Amino acid sequence: MSSQVFSHSSFKSALKKYYTFYTGGFIGFVILLAIAEQLGMSKQWIGYWFLFATIGLYAGIGIMSRTAEVAEYYVAGRRVPAFFNGMATGADWMSAASFIGMAGTLFLGGYDGLAWVMGWTGGYCLVALFLAPYLRKFGQFTIPDFLAERYGGNIVRTIGIISAITCSFVYVVAQIYGVGLITSRFTGLEFGVGVFVGLSGILVCSMLGGMKAVTWTQVAQYIILIIAYMTPVVWLGTKHTGIPIPQFAYGYTLQKVGDLEKKITADPKEQEVRKIFADRAAAGRAALAAPDKTYAEGKANVEQALASAKSSNAPADQVAAAEKTVAGYPKDVDAAKVQWSREAGLAARAAPPRPHAEAFVGANEAARNTARLNFIGIVFCMMFGTAALPHILMRYYTTPSVQQARVSVFWSLFFIFLLYFTAPCLAVLAKYDMFTNLVGSSFASLPAWAAAWAKVDPGLLNITDINKDGIVQWAEVVIGGDLIVLATPEIAGLPYVVSGLVAAGGLAAALSTADGLLLTIANALSHDLYYKMIDPHASTTKRVTISKVLLLVVAIIAAYVTSLKPGDILFLVGAAFSLAASAFFPPLVLGVFWKRANKWGAIIGMAAGLGVCIYYMMRTYPFFTNMGVPKMDLWFGLSPVSAGMFGLPVGLLAIIIVSYLTSPPSKEVQELVEHVRYPNLKGDTLVSEAR
Amino acid sequence: MQLTEKHNEYWRKNLVYTAILLFAWFVATFVEAWYARELNGITFFGWPLGFWFSAQGSLAIYVIIIGIYAMLMRKLDLEYNVDEGDLE
Repeated sequence: MSSQVFSHSSFKSALKKYYTFYTGGFIGFVILLAIAEQLGMSKQWIGYWFLFATIGLYAGIGIMSRTAEVAEYYVAGRRVPAFFNGMATGADWMSAASFIGMAGTLFLGGYDGLAWVMGWTGGYCLVALFLAPYLRKFGQFTIPDFLAERYGGNIVRTIGIISAITCSFVYVVAQIYGVGLITSRFTGLEFGVGVFVGLSGILVCSMLGGMKAVTWTQVAQYIILIIAYMTPVVWLGTKHTGIPIPQFAYGYTLQKVGDLEKKITADPKEQEVRKIFADRAAAGRAALAAPDKTYAEGKANVEQALASAKSSNAPADQVAAAEKTVAGYPKDVDAAKVQWSREAGLAARAAPPRPHAEAFVGANEAARNTARLNFIGIVFCMMFGTAALPHILMRYYTTPSVQQARVSVFWSLFFIFLLYFTAPCLAVLAKYDMFTNLVGSSFASLPAWAAAWAKVDPGLLNITDINKDGIVQWAEVVIGGDLIVLATPEIAGLPYVVSGLVAAGGLAAALSTADGLLLTIANALSHDLYYKMIDPHASTTKRVTISKVLLLVVAIIAAYVTSLKPGDILFLVGAAFSLAASAFFPPLVLGVFWKRANKWGAIIGMAAGLGVCIYYMMRTYPFFTNMGVPKMDLWFGLSPVSAGMFGLPVGLLAIIIVSYLTSPPSKEVQELVEHVRYPNLKGDTLVSEAR
Repeated sequence: MQLTEKHNEYWRKNLVYTAILLFAWFVATFVEAWYARELNGITFFGWPLGFWFSAQGSLAIYVIIIGIYAMLMRKLDLEYNVDEGDLE
């Protein structure tokens, strides 16, 4: 086998050389485009260059890494050094939502948004302590592999396959959606065409070389995404803190943001705008309370105004205005109700700004405590979900040794940490910039970036002069979360080439995660379902070929589902974590740490954990209850996304109780547990590692 | 194969390391978040302390926990002769 002949240290130094060279080349490419921009290259062409150059690059790596060998295809030949596996895991992990959405969530949610930051990093402690080294020693190809071997039988494997595919598929749809969004925004291509272009990049890469190609592409993608994320933040940070590492200095900026929030809360002009919103909301609520009467009265009023304007020979423009009001009046009561609900919803904008650093905001102590419980719930589910998502755990099969797997988790979290501890900083800097440069500016001369974005996409930035004073008040600004990362280069006053760079970074984040997920799904089907359950005698070439075909099929199905633009993608992503935590975490961890855990315990435990999790979501989440599922009250006020907080303990308990009630696992299984606990047992006859 | 008393000791030490690091993880995560409001009363280089921990401090602690575990286990592997040799 080539990987044994291969010297690991020379391989590693070659890798270092390649990627240093590559990073330099990429920076050179960006500088060249920056020069081209100064010479007059259009924005659209800069967008095209970034899109096609990066996708071409990923495809190139895919072609260079093509393979038909089983171990290369499924686990990259198990020779990915810890450092590079860490980078690949970082790219695999950080999705379009992390890259584009995270800073926006923090901008809008303040402290309470930090639950996601903590949850998506702290989970790696569980991966390191409970899973990565043991899975690496076990050394098969997939997560259902481990469950099946440890607990025996096809029932466990089947539940594993179903759970792995469900969480991964839900997640991959969100990624492909992100790909379509970014390409269409920055190149002006159609959403559908954008999905297709991005998908072709994913497919060339993962179909030709499986895990091997995906790994080396993900390393390349990590480098692009981290450069893209840091560049504008460093720029904006230097502007506001005077230090090029704003992550260590934005504490004082946060203080200034707090002072400005107090000023905005007390400002009379701001209060005036909020009062207008409060009045409109109250009027909307009143109208909704007596819809028929209000509708008839309102209609009579506008018609009468028109009649009196006509009869009193008012100037023509007044008559025209009155005619317009009549024509614009809702056609029927139902149409009016929609309008009134929207007005009633303005109550949210009547509130003063939410203090950014304050934890658990609520009207009273009980509401604050519920907010705290939900914070803990999200942290809990995201952490245990991280430690149970198959596409991440799979990456630790690819290191050369158990010790390398442990070190690799360290590098993974280190590289993820770089982005996640920057996101809160970016949110604070962006808020400070808007408080100082946007608020108080006149509508006639908005900051250039604000004028541009408000025109391009009112969904992301909407500024309306509510109190007609010609000056921007904070209460007049509505911001969509995604704006923060997308507009930061312009807010910082950087040339368009940096916006293109950020788009390339977002694309890298979405593509790398989609790569890993599609591979997980295809492997679960080809390896676990086909090879292990349907045709155990299949030749290696046949297995790899089947995997490649399935990859294509799954990708096309995922793209089709994406093109339907399903709503509530964010909920689905959160749900994937809760489901993974409930289904996988208990059997995986008990499988290593408790020899007594047996087959029936695992089956009942996984079913019970999943069952409780799904039951809670179905009975509480509006999407399901609106479809006719009987609604029930939240348990302890915990939101449906955190269903794993009930599912996981139930699953854990069920495994323990049922295992004690049934007979202990066989001697072979107990030996397997001993085998995975020691990196190298001298004299151990059990060799589980698959080649 | 039959495990020796030394092997069992290795596993027990591993469990002790795991438990201690898990406790640190628990404090940095759940205890910190539970008392975030109280911690926010303290200011740390401009940050309210609760905010700083959730945005940076706890994250850095996670990285350190994993680093310490990898180091401790490497030593333990060598000490109990269950290491994988020079695989790098």
